[in-house]
Order: sequence, then C-alpha cells, then structure tokens
Amino acid sequence: METSAEIKSSSEDVILSTDNVSKFYPIRKSFLSRSPSRFVRAVDGVSIQLPRRKTTAVVGESGCGKTTLARTVTMLIPPTSGKIMFEGRDITDKKWQNWKELYRNVQMVFQDPDSSLDPRFKVKETVAEPLRGLVGAGGNEVRKQVEESLEAVGLSSEHSDRLPGQLSGGQKQRVAIARAIATKPKLVVLDEPTSALDASVQAQIIKLLLNLQKQYELSYMLITHNIAVAQYLSDQMAVMYTGNLVEYGPTRSVIEKPRHPYTITLIASAPIPNPWKRNLLNIEIKGEVPSAINPPSGCRFHPRCPYAEKICQEVNPPLEAVAPGHYVACHFVNKTA
Amino acid sequence: MASTNSNLLSIRDLTIEYAGSDGTLTAVDQVSLDVPQNKLIAVVGESGCGKSTLGLSIIGLLPTPPAKIAGGKINYKDIDLVPLTEKQRREFRGTEIAMIFQEPLTSLNPVYKVGDQIAEAILVREIRRTKKSQLAANTDIMQKTYSSRSIQTTRIPRFRRHLTSQLRTEIIDALKLVRIADPEQVIERYPFELSGGMRQRVMIAMAISQKPSLLVADEPTTALDVTTQAQVLKLMKELMDEVKTSIFLVTHDLAVASQVADQVIVMYAGEIVEIANVYDLFSDPLHPYSKGLLSCIPAGYKEDTNLEPIPGNVPNLLNPPVGCRFAPRCPYVMKICKEKKPKLVESKQGHLVECFLYGN
Amino acid sequence: MIVEEEEKSRESPQGRFSTAPGGPISTRTQARKILRSLRKNKNAIAGLVIVAGYLLTAIIVYLTSVLKITIEPYNPIKQFTGAPYSPPSLAHWMGTDQLGRDVYSRIIAATPNDVGIGLAVVASALIIGGLVGSYAAYRGGILDEALMRVTDVFFGLPALVLAMAIAIALGRGIVNMMLVLMIIWWPVYARLARGEALKVSHQNYIEAARLSGTGKFKTLFRHIVPNISITLLVYATLDVGGVVLAYAGLSYLGLSVTPPAPDWGQMVSEYQDYMLSAPYLTFFPGLVISLAIIGWSLLGDGLRDALALK
Repeated sequence: METSAEIKSSSEDVILSTDNVSKFYPIRKSFLSRSPSRFVRAVDGVSIQLPRRKTTAVVGESGCGKTTLARTVTMLIPPTSGKIMFEGRDITDKKWQNWKELYRNVQMVFQDPDSSLDPRFKVKETVAEPLRGLVGAGGNEVRKQVEESLEAVGLSSEHSDRLPGQLSGGQKQRVAIARAIATKPKLVVLDEPTSALDASVQAQIIKLLLNLQKQYELSYMLITHNIAVAQYLSDQMAVMYTGNLVEYGPTRSVIEKPRHPYTITLIASAPIPNPWKRNLLNIEIKGEVPSAINPPSGCRFHPRCPYAEKICQEVNPPLEAVAPGHYVACHFVNKTA
Repeated sequence: MASTNSNLLSIRDLTIEYAGSDGTLTAVDQVSLDVPQNKLIAVVGESGCGKSTLGLSIIGLLPTPPAKIAGGKINYKDIDLVPLTEKQRREFRGTEIAMIFQEPLTSLNPVYKVGDQIAEAILVREIRRTKKSQLAANTDIMQKTYSSRSIQTTRIPRFRRHLTSQLRTEIIDALKLVRIADPEQVIERYPFELSGGMRQRVMIAMAISQKPSLLVADEPTTALDVTTQAQVLKLMKELMDEVKTSIFLVTHDLAVASQVADQVIVMYAGEIVEIANVYDLFSDPLHPYSKGLLSCIPAGYKEDTNLEPIPGNVPNLLNPPVGCRFAPRCPYVMKICKEKKPKLVESKQGHLVECFLYGN
Repeated sequence: MIVEEEEKSRESPQGRFSTAPGGPISTRTQARKILRSLRKNKNAIAGLVIVAGYLLTAIIVYLTSVLKITIEPYNPIKQFTGAPYSPPSLAHWMGTDQLGRDVYSRIIAATPNDVGIGLAVVASALIIGGLVGSYAAYRGGILDEALMRVTDVFFGLPALVLAMAIAIALGRGIVNMMLVLMIIWWPVYARLARGEALKVSHQNYIEAARLSGTGKFKTLFRHIVPNISITLLVYATLDVGGVVLAYAGLSYLGLSVTPPAPDWGQMVSEYQDYMLSAPYLTFFPGLVISLAIIGWSLLGDGLRDALALK
C-alpha cells in the first residue's frame, strides 16, 4: 500500500483534477449595469489533483475559497474559467451534459446536519432520493439499497421512519452520509463534515468515514478549517489563502515541513492538546485575513509575511515543486526550508 | 478543595434548574469549584453539560423565568451572589465580573460606534468608583458630561458630538491594550465594519477597561478563524498578567483549554466529573469520560493513531440515568455505578474526581 | 458498527454550544404539543368555535339549497312574514325588515356567500401567489425579477376601482366580485411565499436534491412548497377575515348581489336608512360580519402562537 509520502499523480491514479479553475462573482452596481467593475475572486486559478481512493484535504480559513472550490468541483456552481476533468472527461465542457452519470459518481456531504436534510422527509426518503433521481430505481430495489446504506453508516431500520427533528446531530450527519454513498459513488466531497458536531460525535463520524472509505473504495475531498482533523484523515493536503492554492503535497510533508509562510503560521496556530507544548503563546501573526474583493496585489499573503520583499507585491508566485509531490507558491521557498 | 478565603470565587453545591413544558431539567447539579486570584480556569464539556449555564449564573445573566437557581452559593470575594436582587447584582457586573461571549456580532450594538460603546463601559466604571470612594478627585470626566443628579444612573447622553479628551485617551489606550492597530480609526467605526477578530478584541477591550477581577468568557474563540483564535487567546493570557484578572473560560475544545488554562474542570450532563491542574489532567486523566474525551481528539495521522470515540450519546437531562450519569457509556462500569451517584473526592493533591473507581 | 440508541441533544438558536435543555421529540409528541398549546390558548378555542359555527352553517345552507330542502324558519325573500320593522322576538329572532322579511332567515341564507368567498379567495391566492412566489425565489435571476414586477403590477391595482370597472363591464354579482377579489388578493402571498422560499432555497438539502438528480419542478413541489406551507397557511387563516370584510364592503356598495337576494354587506346598506328607527336591522348583519372576522383572526393567532411555541 502506498504511504502518503509516495503519492504519484499519474492520470490513472487521479480521479478528478482541476486545471486553473476560477470562480469570480461580479459585483454589480445595479441590476441593469452592463459590466461590473469589481469581482469577488472566490477561487483564483486553482489546479489540484485528487488521487483515487485517497483523501485530499483542502484547508484554510474563512474566505479562502475552499467551500466555493468544493461547490465548483461538483459543478453545483460551475467555474467562471478553467477545466475540471473527471476520470479523464472534461465536465466543464458545454457540450457535456451527463449530469446523472456525474452525480452517480460524485457526491457531497454538507457541514450543517440541520440544513442538509429536508425536515419533512423521513430518513428513508432522504436516502432514497439519489437512488430515484440518478439510478431510476424503484420499489424493492430502492428499499434494499436504502437499508444497505443505513446499515453501513451504523443506523438501523428503526431510524428509517424518523424525521430529522427526532435525530441527534450525529445521527443526522450519518443520514447525510448514507445519502451520499447510496449510489456507491467514486468521489465524495466532504464540506466540513464534523465542524457542527460535539467532540465525541466528531470522533465517531471520522471513524465511520475511514471505514466507509475502505469498504467502498471511496476517494475523498475533505474541506475543513480544523488542521487536526485534516492531518488525521488525509493523505494529501492543500492549503488555500484568499482564493489561491499556496501549498499542496503529502500530508506528512505539509504538516512537518511546511514551506509557505502562511502554512507555517496556520499550522502553528492550531491548538495542540498538550499543555507542555504551548505553541499558541509563542506565535507572532500580523494582520487579518484580507477581503476577497480587493485582495492584495501580487502574492496575497505579502502584507502579513515576514519574508516579503518587493517582488512579492508585484508578482503572484506560481506553484513550484520543493520535494516529490510537494508544491509551494512562494518566491522564497528556499528561505523557509 | 481549599477552604481558605484567598479564592476570588467559590461556588458550593450550586444547582440550576430550567422549568419547561416537559418538566424540570437540572442543567447544573450540585456543582462546587474555586477560582483563585489571577488564574485561568477552563470548564470543558460537550453540548448540554451545563458549562454555559454555569458561566451565565456567575455573572447573573441567566434568563430567570425558565431558569432558576435552586440551591447553593456563589461566593465572590466573600459575598454570596445568589440571594442578591437584580439591582444589587448589577453593581458587580462590569467592574467586578465581566463577560465576553461567543458571537461578537450580536454582542456589540450595531447602531452605535465602537468608541461610544467603550466609552459607556469606562463611564460606568468611573461612576461606580466615584460613588464608592466618595472622592471628588478624578471627576473631570464626570463633571464634563454629567450633572450631580445623574450620578445615580448609568445613562450616557447619546447625542454628544465629541468625547472629552481624557475619555478619548482612555478609550484609545483600551484599544491599544488589545493590540488593535489604528485605534483612532477604529473608535469611529461601527461594529459591522470590523472583522470578527476585531470585534472580539473590542469586546475584550470593553470588558477589560472596567478592570474586573473576574472575566467570564463563554466560547470566546469558537466563531473565529484558527489564526485569529491564536491571537485572541494569546492576548487574553497576556492581559491576565497585565491587568491581574482571573478568567473563567467556558469551552468545548480541550485543545484550547490545554494551551491556556491553569486548571481544568470537566463537566458531563450537569455535573463536575473531574477537576485537576492542566498538566495533571493531560498526563493522568482519572475519570473515564476525561479519558474518553482525550482519546477522541484527532491528533497524529490515521496510520499511527487510533481514535477511540466514546460510544453512545449524552443523556436526556429531563430523565437522567439513576446513579452515575456516565455509567451507560462507561467502559469501566461496575454494579454500584448504576445504583448510586459518586461524590467528588480528592484522589491526589489538587486532583478531584467523581467516580467509584477511586474510592467513594 | 451499530450505534446505540442516541438521544437528541437540542440545539438552541444561539448555536450548538449553548446549553438550552432538550430531549427527544417524536412526531406524536410534537402534534400533541401543538394541540396542547392550542387548547391552552383560550382565544384560539373561541376562534375555532366561531369558525366551526360559520363553516357548518354555510355548508348546511348550501347543501339544503341544492337539495331543495328548506332550513330557514322563513323564506328569506318572502315579504310580510310578519309585521314590518318588528324588533327581535320569539317569532322573529332578529326582527323583520321594512318589507316584513325575517332578518334571521336572511342572514342564515347569506352565510355561504361570505364564507364561501372568504375561503375561495384565500385558497386561490394561496395557490397562485404561493406558486408564483416560490418559483420566482427558486429560479432566481431574471425570472425572479420578471415575476416580481408582474406581482407589483397587480399590487398596484386599486381594488375599488377595479371592482366598479368589472361591475360595469361584466355586470354585478357575486361571482364577478369573487373574481375581483381573487385578482387583488394574491400578490401578498407571492411576496410572502418568495421570502419563505428564499430561506428554504439556501438550505443544503436543496443542493443535495440537485446532486440527487431531482428535477427543478420536483424540487419545487416536494421540497420547497411543503416547507413554506405552514407559514403561508397561518397567514391565510388570519387573512380570511380580511376577505370577508372586503367582500362585505363591495356588497355594501351594491356591486354584488341585488336585492331581494340576501347578503350581509348589502343588507347593511339596505337597512342603514332605518338605523335610528330600527337599529336592530343594521346591527345583526354588522354583528355577523364582525364575528366572522374576529373568529378567523383568533384562530389564526392561536395557530401562529401554537406553532411558534413549538
């Protein structure tokens, strides 16, 4: 079995890749104005590859674009520019319209368990929805598969007639996961799947996700702001800052040898449950996360970067390899080595 | 438990109930704890364990129709706060006990400028100090904005155009204390113009500017980004040293507690299950729930670490289990656990636990 | 890994980390809670009783008239069943009017008019406005803007002028007035539905429906409409009284039925000349109109409180 340090990204091993994907939201002065003068650059030129049967974590803080990237990758919000290749096919191509086929293979689990289930749908109806809509199954077939999905996430048939209002947060999230795996997809995008849950429930769901990955050979794209969860679950980690991908590589490599100044700061800020290692009290972080409407010129991190120089203000650095499979977008990768 | 009076806050056998249409729910059940001077005590637990209720009761902001303090004492500097009236309680709020909340957006008044809100906090402090000390000294601020009659109230005229220069300096100092850059600009801003981290700092500034002896913080960093959280936590620790307050931190995040706390109190289903100094708790957790909590924090990589989730879920407080509340989920459960409730005992020096595994 | 029976931990409006007390709630208990708070609310009970009374009367009168059975004590249009202008008595509970017709019979006979129109207009407004508003919110963009501008046009129509215009063009009568009210009434529901539907459209389960291959119309009818219906229904209940009042106004102006057919509003107009000499004549039609409005309002209020308290 490959260790996370040896992930190759040859095209057979990659289930989905994005090529310079951007999503800009125009800010119009009024409904009728012709060309908007400003854009919210939610995602700006992101190229990422998701290896098959592995977990890729996308981490960052609010406004970094990771949630938009998740929506873009599933084509819920098509990108403004760039290509997305799923198993070698360009799904951003206007001629390509096989949505049902795409969603049989790509599914999503959302952050808020309350908002992801229709409060008027029973559990079994929620889980059955993708089976009816994407596979066109009916009657007995649906019932069998719903039962199978529920069992796989640790719920029993007594839960299937309940409404979301009768379930706990953890149970609701399990239903959401059961719905996502109902069609046995290949890729599941997990958008902050545990952020709204208590600590003990979070651990249950994390364990469940790991087991399901083995059982169904799933590929995961995990969006999270929690570094510890990302570190635990993922094989590959990508760090986003104000719409840009700033670092990306095998998880162990990114956590232990982060090279981008923002990644260094981010990892240093994650509280470690260890009173002998009080990392938080020793860090120096300048400034705040910038707005996505008017991001700083050049490298978006330059106003807060201790290594910034003139070139950082002018040119946004591209991703460069610093180790096998480990890429960093910084003009001075050598300084942080 | 130390029974000396050197503790700033001493809670004994505090019980808080909520009256609902389904019955009475005991949110906090016979809780006893101490908060010494100039220390940070973290109360850790999951949803529904009663930690927020406990925090609100200290400052006296419990919604008293549904909630009710059914018993116990809250001794603040040797004064029991429980039997006080709302008016008497108000005297403590701000200048003695201050509070900061989880959601800075809803804690700041959106229609007043930030500077005005801090001014209000400072003026309240000055009014009380003047009342208490009965000195005429330092009443410059008072005389320029008040007549002698209004010393009785804490209302501030909203239509002033300029803050007096002394007040303005104080406000800017308060903002500098919380490490806000460009404080002169910030005092003219409205809360919605600031980011979450800035708003939280403003809230801390308002709380600290009144120089309270105890600061109750209810999940102050949960709604913030990771890097902002680190900045705010660092700030709180530094302020503790500068202003000499104690902090009562309510949080669900054990990792945050480990970074800043001197002592950790673990709560479960309305009860305290363990009290220990932070090093003891992390090196030698005694209560099975504490052990469970520690082992379900994701740390390390999936290849080498094993996450052990605690099976089951928190009990319904309307109908708590007989005996130890954690018994249904406890891997070490014994027969006596389902029949009787254990008491909080001192297992080691300064390390208390409520569990039959440790005597009782 | 089968999960043991879990209890629901309540999440309060402040977010998951506050500690509002809670416990497991099954659908049966939820329904019981609503009924219990409805029962506790005396106003709601009063409203329910009144509304039930009106509905029952309307149904009975309508059915009996269709089946050609007489239920009223006297024929509502027969003149001189008693001495004209007689005050209320045992023979004539609400007295007789200037032509000796029994007022009570007339009022009963007129019940299906107001009640029927009240329900019909609100129902149609609910359906039309609800669909327009929720579709606009769901699709968004230009379609949303266009539909809302159309709604605004209807909003701007002056009710009275339209009523008179229709009366002149198509003639007076109950059906025409019902048409007028239907045209006027739906825009409010469109706005209301749109507001509620916007909230629902941003929920994750709508995105999940898209990811499940659920088509746009199916999403609208299976996800959006059911989730906005409670708010709309509560508003509609409160609103029936408004329609009754509006219709009474139109018939008072003589735009609806013509005498001798009985109709509450029209009766008020007809009897107002005798207000000083025989006040009981205008009193009773006015009373039944007011009581109808009060009944529906109380019921709507009670419903709203019961659902909000849940």
